[in-house]
Amino acid sequence: MQSKTKELDPILEVNNLFASIENLPILKGVTISVNPGEIHAIMGRNGCGKSTLSKIIAGHPSYKITKGEIKFTGNDIQSLEPEERAQSGIFLGFQYPIEIPGVSNLEFLRVATNARRKFLNKEELDTFDFEDLVKEKLDLVKMDSAFLSRSINQGFSGGEKKRNEILQMALLEPKIAILDETDSGLDIDALRIVASGIKKISNEQTGIILITHYQRLLDEIKPDFVHVMSEGQIIKTGESDLALELEKHGYEWTDNFVKEQ
Amino acid sequence: MVSENLVKDVVSEPYKYGFVTDIETEKISKGLNEDTIRLISEKKEEPEYLLNFRLNAFRKWQKMEEPNWADLGYKKINYQDIIYYSAPKQKEKISSLDEVDPKLLETFDKLGIPLTEQKKLTNVAVDAVFDSVSIATTFRKELAEHGVIFCSISEAVKDHSNLIEKYLGSVVPANDNYFAALNSAVFSDGSFVYIPKGVKCPMDLSSYFRINSGDSGQFERTLIIAEESSSVSYLEGCTAPMFDTNTLHAAVVELIALDDASIKYSTVQNWYAGNEEGVGGIFNFVTKRGKCLGKRSKISWSQVETGSAITWKYPSCILLGEESVGEFYSVALTNNLQKADTGTKMIHIGPRTKSTIVSKGISAGNSINSYRGLVKMGSKASGSRNYSQCDSMLIGNQAAANTFPYIQSQQPNSEIEHEASTCRISEDQLFYLQSRGIEFEEAVSMMVSGFCRDVFNQLPMEFAAEADKLLALKLEGSVG
Repeated sequence: MQSKTKELDPILEVNNLFASIENLPILKGVTISVNPGEIHAIMGRNGCGKSTLSKIIAGHPSYKITKGEIKFTGNDIQSLEPEERAQSGIFLGFQYPIEIPGVSNLEFLRVATNARRKFLNKEELDTFDFEDLVKEKLDLVKMDSAFLSRSINQGFSGGEKKRNEILQMALLEPKIAILDETDSGLDIDALRIVASGIKKISNEQTGIILITHYQRLLDEIKPDFVHVMSEGQIIKTGESDLALELEKHGYEWTDNFVKEQ
Repeated sequence: MVSENLVKDVVSEPYKYGFVTDIETEKISKGLNEDTIRLISEKKEEPEYLLNFRLNAFRKWQKMEEPNWADLGYKKINYQDIIYYSAPKQKEKISSLDEVDPKLLETFDKLGIPLTEQKKLTNVAVDAVFDSVSIATTFRKELAEHGVIFCSISEAVKDHSNLIEKYLGSVVPANDNYFAALNSAVFSDGSFVYIPKGVKCPMDLSSYFRINSGDSGQFERTLIIAEESSSVSYLEGCTAPMFDTNTLHAAVVELIALDDASIKYSTVQNWYAGNEEGVGGIFNFVTKRGKCLGKRSKISWSQVETGSAITWKYPSCILLGEESVGEFYSVALTNNLQKADTGTKMIHIGPRTKSTIVSKGISAGNSINSYRGLVKMGSKASGSRNYSQCDSMLIGNQAAANTFPYIQSQQPNSEIEHEASTCRISEDQLFYLQSRGIEFEEAVSMMVSGFCRDVFNQLPMEFAAEADKLLALKLEGSVG
């Protein structure tokens, strides 16, 4: 952990958050705070609420917050639409990126990028300027420009979809990126490409939350903090060596923490 | 669900073309009998054979029953309560477009169809039809230099009687169906196109149909003849004012393509659709049919149907000539209480004929959107092929989509392929786009345009942009 971050205000603060879907409680008091420049990892069994947490931060309409708050750069964001959150710099990298037939990837990326630029009072890009920008960013994730003319995620392999997510992150330059199992379904080479892309995009102002099951992503991107989640709560927080412990002992090992609590 | 309501708001865009032009018109009295028909024919100074064609159709119509198989459930039409001829009063003889009543020019200006010499569209020739009559046709001289005839059907009756006598009713016989028979009896105007042998029409031709008066029906008739090795691209647009009453529109379109000729017929239909409670709107009962008479001839229909309270329309191809090709590309968008029953008939008669059907139906609100199509392989149509794709998209929980494919084959050596799908704009798709900063309304409109892409790609360039804009308008609520 870098000491400089302590002086800064957190980008994201989740305080004692409870949330449910169709009256089924999923989150039962989550607290997490991310400062600029920090990389956090959240690990935990399937169904423990990791993806729910990420979707709620991005504003998914199906989940209902029953208690607690989410603050982004100091402001409560509960009343904001998903697009407003995105424009202001919250990015969610989807575990399963959605296919949208008929809508060209290039057009989608341009509209999204301009929505963010408009928010930042930057000039919106026309097709030509945007193509220059996107080609530069394509290199970061080693994607071929042929991807741009296809429909959004349609017929993309698992790895291509994930790289397309990181491409979007590169274009949107978010303040905080929550990457939900971006490493799942990637072979080793693709994992390296994605990891190096994430590293190049992030800087001292960006916060990152990596949701993952595997140490191999954390070997590439070393987290400042590791949180273990279980049954809708964060049951343990540590530094990067916590992930190594988990790798060694498995999630059963973490059951003891719940008992301890 | 919150987003369901939002989608509902998004698809309810006020109708932009609902204004009425205040102009002095010449109307005949309401009602329909043989005298009405004689009067219309007399006003148009028609030859004997045409009056007989009309009377013959009328007598057949009287014996026919209004079809109800499409189950459209509309209010019963009182055919005696309609005015069958309504024309804006104009000078007897107009020598140039600039002499047309400024009010009429202004109307078409407002609709985005400038007609005057200075302002007219440069790449499209336009025939503008206002209620029962054609008021102007642009670029006639330029087209005539290529031997292309583009005029109102009334003029064609006078100047090209031999062609009218030969082809009128040759594709859609007077007794073809209830509404075609009615049209054959009372049709007042429409467009006529003749492309001579070997000529590729130098510009797109276009008719714009405007219904202005609330109590008269519009019964236009279009006839397009493409001689050997000729080709033409024809566009059609339609709008009407907003009235509380329903106005009947029953048109007939006939296309004839001879050897190696090709006709591309594109429609953007935006008749007034009625309000949210389903009050008012056009009843659109149209018979459109093309005959691929010649070898290797081709007829392609593309349509974007967004308006009308009721749409009943099946642009069809009779594939007579060997190796002739028929195509049908359709987008139909319904909202509120609109009902659309649309599709095509591909009748394969000649050997090695081919047809393609791509239909995209989008239903929102409480609307019902049905595809109804027939693919028929006759006994001589060996080696013929059809491919059909019918996709439906539902917006909200109250809308309905139906697909009724009818397939008949008397020819074992032919292929018919049918694919159909139904999808709903999913919350996850919307969330994905929104989570990238794209506004909800834009997200819906992007997905709808994406859904329609296969069809929009078939439209002529300037039309495709217009169709996309029109759909976006209908879908964008407060925006635009």
